[in-house]
Amino acid sequence: MSEAIEAEQSFVDKFPDEARIVRSSFLGSFLALVLGAIFGIIQTLHRTDVARIIPSTDYYTVLTAHGVFLVISFTVFFLVGLFTWAIVRSLDRPLVNTKITWTWYLIMSGGMTMTGISILAGFVDSIDMSADVLYTFYAPLQAHPLFYTGLAVFIVGSWIAGADWFRTFLAWKREHPDERIPLQTFMVLTTMAMWYIASSAVAASVLLFLLPWSLGFIDQVNPTLTRTLFWFFGHPVVYFWLMPAYMLWYTVLPKIAGGRLFSDPLARVVFVLFLLLSTPVGIHHQYLDPGIAEGFKFISMTNTMFLLLPSLLTAFTVVASVEYGARQRGGSGLLGWLTDLPWRKPEFTGMMLAGLMFAAGGFSGMVNAGMNINYMIHNTIWVPGHFHLTVGTAVALTFMAATYWIWPQISNKPIYSRTIGLVQVVVWFIGMALMSNAMHAQGIMGVPRRTAEPEYSGFDYATMFGGFEELNIQIAIGGTLLFVSTVLFIGNLLLTMGNPKVSGLADPLPPALSGPTDSPEVLDNLRLWVGIALTLVVLAYALPIAAIISRGGLLGPGVGTYPVWLTPLFDALANGTTIAVGAVGDASAALVEVVK
Amino acid sequence: MHIHAYEKLWLAASILLILLLIGSVTYGAVGPGVAMVADSEQPIDAGGLDEDERFSEPRVEQVGENHYAAYVVAYQFGFEPSPIVVPEDSTVTFYITSRDVIHGFEVAGTNANTMVVPGEVAEITVETEEPQEYGLLCNEYCGAGHHVMEGKVNVVSQSEFESRNSGGEDA
Repeated sequence: MSEAIEAEQSFVDKFPDEARIVRSSFLGSFLALVLGAIFGIIQTLHRTDVARIIPSTDYYTVLTAHGVFLVISFTVFFLVGLFTWAIVRSLDRPLVNTKITWTWYLIMSGGMTMTGISILAGFVDSIDMSADVLYTFYAPLQAHPLFYTGLAVFIVGSWIAGADWFRTFLAWKREHPDERIPLQTFMVLTTMAMWYIASSAVAASVLLFLLPWSLGFIDQVNPTLTRTLFWFFGHPVVYFWLMPAYMLWYTVLPKIAGGRLFSDPLARVVFVLFLLLSTPVGIHHQYLDPGIAEGFKFISMTNTMFLLLPSLLTAFTVVASVEYGARQRGGSGLLGWLTDLPWRKPEFTGMMLAGLMFAAGGFSGMVNAGMNINYMIHNTIWVPGHFHLTVGTAVALTFMAATYWIWPQISNKPIYSRTIGLVQVVVWFIGMALMSNAMHAQGIMGVPRRTAEPEYSGFDYATMFGGFEELNIQIAIGGTLLFVSTVLFIGNLLLTMGNPKVSGLADPLPPALSGPTDSPEVLDNLRLWVGIALTLVVLAYALPIAAIISRGGLLGPGVGTYPVWLTPLFDALANGTTIAVGAVGDASAALVEVVK
Repeated sequence: MHIHAYEKLWLAASILLILLLIGSVTYGAVGPGVAMVADSEQPIDAGGLDEDERFSEPRVEQVGENHYAAYVVAYQFGFEPSPIVVPEDSTVTFYITSRDVIHGFEVAGTNANTMVVPGEVAEITVETEEPQEYGLLCNEYCGAGHHVMEGKVNVVSQSEFESRNSGGEDA
C-alpha cells in the first residue's frame, strides 16, 4: 500500500454509529471500574485494619459490589465494546442493524443496574433489600430476587450481542464466500461460542433454582448443585475476561511494538483450544467439596493443566512478535532488542507489564490447580492474590493500556496526557506487585479470603515471609496505589473527552507475518469445534451432575433458606451490640416469616 | 501449516511441563497419600442434625487403636465442639457438616482444610504430632458475622486427653 498522504480515515470516520456504541460500552465499563475501585480501597484499608470507616457487617456489601462491578460489569462491558470494534474493523463493514446493537446495550445496562441496586441497597438498613452474597452467590445464602433477575437479564443481553456479531459475520460471509475468517472476527466468534456454552449453566441455575427460590416458589435448593452450575460458568468466565486481552496482545501489541503478529494460524489454534478446554474444568474450584467423587476432580485437574498449553503458546507468540517489532526498529543482540521497544508509550508498557504479571499469575494458578497442594491455599487470601494478577492486572491493565491506543481512533480525540498514562500503568504494576505478593504470602500462612477482620481472638498466625502485620501494610500500600492509578486513568480519560476533535489518529493494523492461508481450513470450521467443545463438557459434567442430583435431589437435602436481605438481626449477633428494640422486633418478625 | 523450529521446541517443553505437573499431583495422591475430600460419606438431612447419631452431640471419640473420630458441626457463626480436643501422635478423622449455610473448615497454618456444605459430610483424616493449640477458622463467607466464626483444635497429651474424657465430659 502506498504511503497515505492524506490522513487515513480513523475508525470513527468510517463507522461513526459503531464508534458511538464502542465508546458507550467503554464508558459503561469505566463507570463500573470507578465504583469497583472505590469499594476496593475501602475494602483494602478495612481488611488490613488501617482504616475501618464502615461496620464490619457492611464489609460484605462492599466486597459483593467490588466483585460484581469489576468482574462482571467492567470486564464484560469493555469486551462488548472491543468485540464490536473488532468485528466491524476486521470485516470492514458496518453492523447489520445498530438498533439491535443498542437493544442489547440497553438490556445489559438494565440488568446490571438492577443487580447493582440490589447490592447497594445493602448499605441502607431501612430497605429490606440486600445481595450480600458475594460474586459467587452460594446458596443457601439468598439474595434479593432483583439481584438474580438483573444477572439473568444481563446474560441474555450478552447473548443478543453475540448473535449481533454472528449475524454481521454471516452477512460478510455472503459478500466474501471464499475468504478466510479475519483473525479478529475468528477470535470474537470462538470466544462467544465458549460464552454461550458456559453461561447456559449459570442461566439455568438462576432461572430454574435461585430466582424461583428467592421469590418463594420453591422452598429449598441443592447447594452443591447450584454451586457446581456456578463453577461450570465460573471458570470459563475467566477466559471470557481474558480473551479480549489476548486479542489485544495478538493483534494490537505487535503493531505498537513496531512489527506485526508472528503467526496467524497459531493464534487461531490458541483460541480453538480455549473454546475446547475452558469449560470442562470448573470442578477444580470444588476440589475440597464433599459429595463429589475424587475421580471427577482428577479429570478436572488434568483438563486444567492442559489449559496451560494455549497460554504458554501465547507467551511464545506474543514475545516473538514483540521481538520482531524491536528488530524492525533496529534492535539487535540476544536481549539488547529489549531496549529498542517503545517503552514511553503507555499502551505498550501497560500491555507488557500486564503480560509479565500474567506469567506470575500463571505460576500461582498452577499451584491452585494442583489438587493436593490446593489444600494449603484453598479459600485463603492466596486465591485473590492470584486472580488480582490475572483478571486484576493481565486483563484490567491491558484494557486500560489499550484504551490509550483505541480511544483516539473511536473519538478522533488525542489522549490528554500520554505521560500521565505511562505513570498510571507503572503505578498499577507497582501497586499490584506489592498487594498481590503480600496476599500470596499471607495465604500460605492460612489467612482466609473474604473476611472483614482476618485477625482472630483465639490465635495468631505463624510468621513466615514477614509477619501478618507487615504484610498487611504491603497490601494497604499496594491497594492505595491501585486506587491512585485508577483515578489517574479516569481523570486522563475525562480530560481526553474534553479535547477538540482532530484528524490523523488512525493506526491501522498490519496482517500477520504468517497469514491465514498458511493454516488448515479446518481451523475455521466453527461447527466442528463447538461440537467437540460440547462433547467435552458432557463428558466432564454429565456424571458429576447426575451424581449430585442423585445424592441431594434437585432441591437439596433438608437445607434451609438464609436470606441476607431480611436479616439485620445477624448484625446484632455479630457485633454483640444492642440495637433498637423496634429493629429487633422487625427483624424477628421477618425471620419468623421466612422460617414459616 | 508452518511452525517455526523454536516454536516446536517451546510446544514440546510446554507439554512436558504439563505432564510433570499432572505427575506431581498423581504422586502426591499415591505416594504421600494426600486423598481428596470426596463422596465417601452419605448425604445427611441438614435440618435434622439434632436427631443424628453422630452430630446431635458433636464430640471426639475413639474408634480404633490410636484412631479418633471428631464429629464437628459448623453453624452461623461457630464450630461445635469448641474447642475440639484430640490426642497427640494419633490419627484423627474429622466428619464435618453444616447446620445452615456453606462454611469452610480450616486449621490455620496446616493443610487440614475443607468446604462444609449443608446436606453433605466432609471427611478428612489427619495425623497429629506433639501437643499444640491450632486456630480453627471458617474460610467461606457465611453471613454478616463470618469474621467472628472461629474455633480451636487443641492437640493434647494422651494423659490429658484421657483425664478429660474420664471426667464424664465430651471433649
